[in-house]
Amino acid sequence: ILRCKRGNRFVSFLLNFLREQSSPALAHGTPAKTPNRPRPAAQTGGLSERRACRSAGSATTSRSSSRVQLFSPSSSVSPGAESDAAGQLSGVSAFSSPSFSTTWNPASRPSGSDRRHGQRVSLGDFMTSPPDMQPSPFQSQKSRKKNMALGAQGRGGRGSQHSDEMGFWDTGSKKPGRGGGHSRSREQLSPPSTLNFNNLEDFPPVGSSPISISKPSRRINPTPVSAERPRSKPKTCFTSTPFTKLSSPPMGAEVLDGSMRVGSPLSLQEERELLKREKSKRAQQPAASSPCLSSLEPCTPPKTGVLGGAKVTPELQTLCPERSKVTFTPELDLLAELYCACISENLVPNIFLELFFVMQLLTSMSPPSNDAEEQESFSTTNSVHNCVYFAVTVLENQFQLVAHLDKGALRLLAENERVASFSPALRDLLIQAQGKSSAKLSPSVSTFIHSVPFQPDTDNRSNFGNDKAFHTFKKQRDVFYEALREWEDLHNEPGWNFDASLGGRIRGMMNQLTSAGNHSHFARLFLKQLVQMCKGPRMSGAPGEPPDADLLEMLGADGLGRLKRLEERLIQPHGIVGPCPPPSFPGHQEFFRDFIQTASCCQLNQHLQDSLCQQLLQLDEVSILSPSASIKEEDEDGDMEQQDEKQRFSSVLLLARLLAKFLGFISFLPYQTSERPSREIQEASVALVPVLDVCAVLDNSVRRRRTILTVPWLVEFLSMLDFVGPLLLCYRTLFMCRRLQLRRCADVCYLNKLLLVSVLGWLFHDCIPLVDQQLLYFCCPFLSEFRKLLAAFVSGSTAKSGGIIRKITPTSAELKDTPIANRSQQKLQGELEQAFFHNQPPSLRRTVEFVAERVGSNSVKHMKATLVSELMDRGEKILRDKLKSLNFNTSKLNESICALLCDAGLEALERKPELEKCFFCCAVLIRREWKIRFDRVMKALGSPDSVNVSGAEVDPIAQDRPVGPKKKPGSERAMICPPGCDHSAALPSDVLIEMKELLSIAVGPRTEAELPAGSQIKALLHRARDTLACRKVRRRRRRNCNVFFF
Amino acid sequence: MRLSRAEYKDIVRATEQLRPTRQCMKILKDRFPNHSQSTLLSIFSLEYQKRTKRTISRHHAADVVESHYQRYLNEAKARPAAPVLLEMANEVDLSPALMGRLILDRFLQDVSGEMHSKAVLNSMLKEPSLIPDQVLANNIYQCTINDCCYGPLVDCIKHAIGQEHEVLLRDKLKERNLSFLDENKLRTMGYDKTPDIILEVPIAVEGHIVHWIESKASFGDDYSHRTYLNEQFWSYWNRFGPGLVIYWYGFIGELDCQRDRGILLKDCFPTDIVTLCHTSHQQSPEKEDND
Repeated sequence: ILRCKRGNRFVSFLLNFLREQSSPALAHGTPAKTPNRPRPAAQTGGLSERRACRSAGSATTSRSSSRVQLFSPSSSVSPGAESDAAGQLSGVSAFSSPSFSTTWNPASRPSGSDRRHGQRVSLGDFMTSPPDMQPSPFQSQKSRKKNMALGAQGRGGRGSQHSDEMGFWDTGSKKPGRGGGHSRSREQLSPPSTLNFNNLEDFPPVGSSPISISKPSRRINPTPVSAERPRSKPKTCFTSTPFTKLSSPPMGAEVLDGSMRVGSPLSLQEERELLKREKSKRAQQPAASSPCLSSLEPCTPPKTGVLGGAKVTPELQTLCPERSKVTFTPELDLLAELYCACISENLVPNIFLELFFVMQLLTSMSPPSNDAEEQESFSTTNSVHNCVYFAVTVLENQFQLVAHLDKGALRLLAENERVASFSPALRDLLIQAQGKSSAKLSPSVSTFIHSVPFQPDTDNRSNFGNDKAFHTFKKQRDVFYEALREWEDLHNEPGWNFDASLGGRIRGMMNQLTSAGNHSHFARLFLKQLVQMCKGPRMSGAPGEPPDADLLEMLGADGLGRLKRLEERLIQPHGIVGPCPPPSFPGHQEFFRDFIQTASCCQLNQHLQDSLCQQLLQLDEVSILSPSASIKEEDEDGDMEQQDEKQRFSSVLLLARLLAKFLGFISFLPYQTSERPSREIQEASVALVPVLDVCAVLDNSVRRRRTILTVPWLVEFLSMLDFVGPLLLCYRTLFMCRRLQLRRCADVCYLNKLLLVSVLGWLFHDCIPLVDQQLLYFCCPFLSEFRKLLAAFVSGSTAKSGGIIRKITPTSAELKDTPIANRSQQKLQGELEQAFFHNQPPSLRRTVEFVAERVGSNSVKHMKATLVSELMDRGEKILRDKLKSLNFNTSKLNESICALLCDAGLEALERKPELEKCFFCCAVLIRREWKIRFDRVMKALGSPDSVNVSGAEVDPIAQDRPVGPKKKPGSERAMICPPGCDHSAALPSDVLIEMKELLSIAVGPRTEAELPAGSQIKALLHRARDTLACRKVRRRRRRNCNVFFF
Repeated sequence: MRLSRAEYKDIVRATEQLRPTRQCMKILKDRFPNHSQSTLLSIFSLEYQKRTKRTISRHHAADVVESHYQRYLNEAKARPAAPVLLEMANEVDLSPALMGRLILDRFLQDVSGEMHSKAVLNSMLKEPSLIPDQVLANNIYQCTINDCCYGPLVDCIKHAIGQEHEVLLRDKLKERNLSFLDENKLRTMGYDKTPDIILEVPIAVEGHIVHWIESKASFGDDYSHRTYLNEQFWSYWNRFGPGLVIYWYGFIGELDCQRDRGILLKDCFPTDIVTLCHTSHQQSPEKEDND
């Protein structure tokens, strides 16, 4: 039933209902309620990234709005969105709302440099931020009370909220709005009789207005979206939009039509006013962003200290949710069941968004206690007890999903006292699951950056039409890297601007490329470098900051990666962005994006686009796991080949996603505008066929059951869409696919499904698994939000007791010459190998691997057939003799014989120096063979000890290192010296210098003392003769010397 | 030899008033007995070239050339056996070899009109006996032979030194059994930028990966290093990854600051070399051949 069209409507109604019901509880300063809070540091980054992906001045409103639009149903409902009115006001913070239904407000976006500045929030910022900017959850409790009164008068009045600067962070301040909103909401909920979904006034699309009624959400769009809004009723409209209708999954075109609408019908004047105020507020507080952040971070160390327990209201402590206080249990059970069915069937727009919501419920802090108005309503989930009960029930039900979260999140969940008190069973399951989880949050950071190697096959003169093209490209390559280095060095400096600093050079380069017709060469270099630098999962970790040399030496690349993560944790404590962050260009990707924008060269773009497209289609054809292998995917220690396959898959997937993102970026770049295009332009563009036939690719992929590879990269591609994008057929097709996909997922392994579901979820308002957890997390970094939310909760609830939230394992920095020498040697070897293959064509690696594998396996075969087999026979004889004579402890006997054989084997090897390197291998082989032989003998003798005796079995995962093809030492041309020449003659330059000296004396001017003796001259002439005779020292350019001998 | 910037500056200061003659070189040597003669000469030569670049234009002005020439003619007539031209060069602080060139050029204008070729001029500088005027020939020869910074002889020596060090480098590499491609080979393979050496299998020097080696038989000062970085070293990095530069006659220590970005400086062939080796890795018996 749920799946039919009506079902869809039901689902959206259900989701809205849940959010509405729980909003009171959520609205009350749960420390975990982070999603509402603007998270300036990271978030702004994200924002501007996103924005920056458009042309410099243009706004991305388009995309954000369209993204929102499609999914606004669920998203806009989410309580976070409503609760933080002021947050949205800032435009920046808007994205932080879990609803993601944000309007992007171009005007308020920080400039590039500001953003950088903003990102560099340091610990110090937290400490120094003015106290009043750091309301803790506890403070907010307090201010909530205060504001309640305020709200009573000002209900719904935006003014009162805005006038209260703190209201923005202070969850309590929303209260007033909510009170008023509530009654309004009811009005709104009963739709006007002439309901027209297409009417934008009736249904302001952007999630700006969710049902929420409960709190006025202030979406501000500084540029009027449309001049006339006859029916706009600012006060109500902007606070509440009937969400239900839109929420039905937008399958039809009608919905899409409305998609462009952004912002609320707030009057422009008012908006400006608000913006102005906001701006001045920010101006007064240069570091405003960090304090804001910190204000909601009870967990930052300094903060905990500052707050002490002083401000904790008793209320908070008394409000422990209790199982016994749960009301409406049967209703809640029913609701939970329905809700879970929706999630299981994937009827919700984004399962992680729902999971996030559930976690929010779980961590909600205080009930709207004693608020009569609230209590009156039929509220199943508006008490904290009910919220937690509901959340725990859902988590229990959805345990399969929950179990795939990362360890950290699982641990936090298991340790959550609410989970423990409401469902000990769930807690036990969580503890078990922790052991299995392999998902990591931050992949290691690679600090090794290479250039694209020069390959004569593709790069030498014969690959160019003429000398000019060849030499131009020579220069272009150097200019390109120069720009890259400069960017690495400087892009984090305040005031540095890409276009201003590099624009001239890049455009000059483009001109030269054009005149030489070298675009394809450059495009190839550009893309290779892009892949090299950005392919790795979040390799970008610390873009452009070359690691400090000393640190690197002290810690090694590994330790440095850990240090970076630590830094991240300290600098951006729990920046919770919610499970649906905007698309971004992290790390070095930013350079490539800015380069494309700045170059603004249509030929280059076309070449890039063609090449990307071609590569993607090729990648999409790459053979992936055989079906049988994929079924075993959960089996973590599947055999080596399967692991290899997985690795290969994830590398293909990551690469495809990167390429697709850039393809999307370039393809949609021409259509990026800050304003919504006119209808004619829109219609015209819809008729155009995008560079990539998404529908065909998808269709093909579905047929061949390869969506696991295709969908994730299509998602990246489409995430770069413009205004018109969502109107395109392909976008809708993919949307359909989502539904389709999930339905047929039954036969796909769970993690695969999870990845698809999550990437799609992300795109459509809104991640991928051959997929292990690690890959899932790489592709969907936003999954870490759960952990952050839970951690925020822990910190919030333990801060009062001075609880330490961050578990930071100290890393000791060892000095370079200490025992790590060995490890660093290994590391160095690894780097050397990597470096060697890097500059070789890929075929060499394959060849080397092949040769090494063959040589290895043949040696093993040989050894087994000769030496080892001999030893086994000997061992068996000993074994049988011993067994005959005495009742030995067989296990001991086994071991002693094994040791004996190993010794004998090694001894034998010692006699053959050429096999010196096989010691280890031989020992393993003997052990393994002996185990087999021993078992066989014991079995033959009918002994029960036959199995598992030889626990000493070693199965080394030793990788065979390819023995690089030895190059014969440079065989230079033969040197013919006179017989008996020992090449000890003086160097020509020495002879020349002496001669010059002598001549200059001879030619004068000179002093008598300088005159050489005849013997000296004779000796010099002898030396000159020797030097001339010895070919080795003389070598080339003999004629140069003639000058001396005129 | 790796000099600190302060040491280097001391030497530079000491060269300021010197002329490029063997007498001056002796002064320098005596002043800095701890530095090798080639390092001192290389620093002096680089400094002197900078000085010349600054001042050469004023000697090239037609009226100046004319006045030099007339003065030479007068003095040579008065004292035909004296090193007139050499003294003149030292007096006006112009490299003797360049002074010789200037005067010879002017002389040839008189002899063969405007039409004499550069090749003729150069051959006469190399081979003064070709100069029709005996006195001028002697003077020119004195100039070129006494100049330790300019002139065909110095060019020849510099070239020889460069070659020798490349040979030395190749010998060292062979000694270490390291396989490499040299410049000539690279050029025939069509490389657009060619360091002296590309290692076919990279090595690690003092913990830094090295793919290529460039040999510089000169001292690495700020100016020349910057120029080399822009014109050569970064270009090599851009194509072959990190590498090693050997300034055989030393460099300013502070310039060796790009190690982590892939450019390592040394003043000799390195001793701390780690090669890709296989002894530490074992063969797994797992991959047994079953076919």
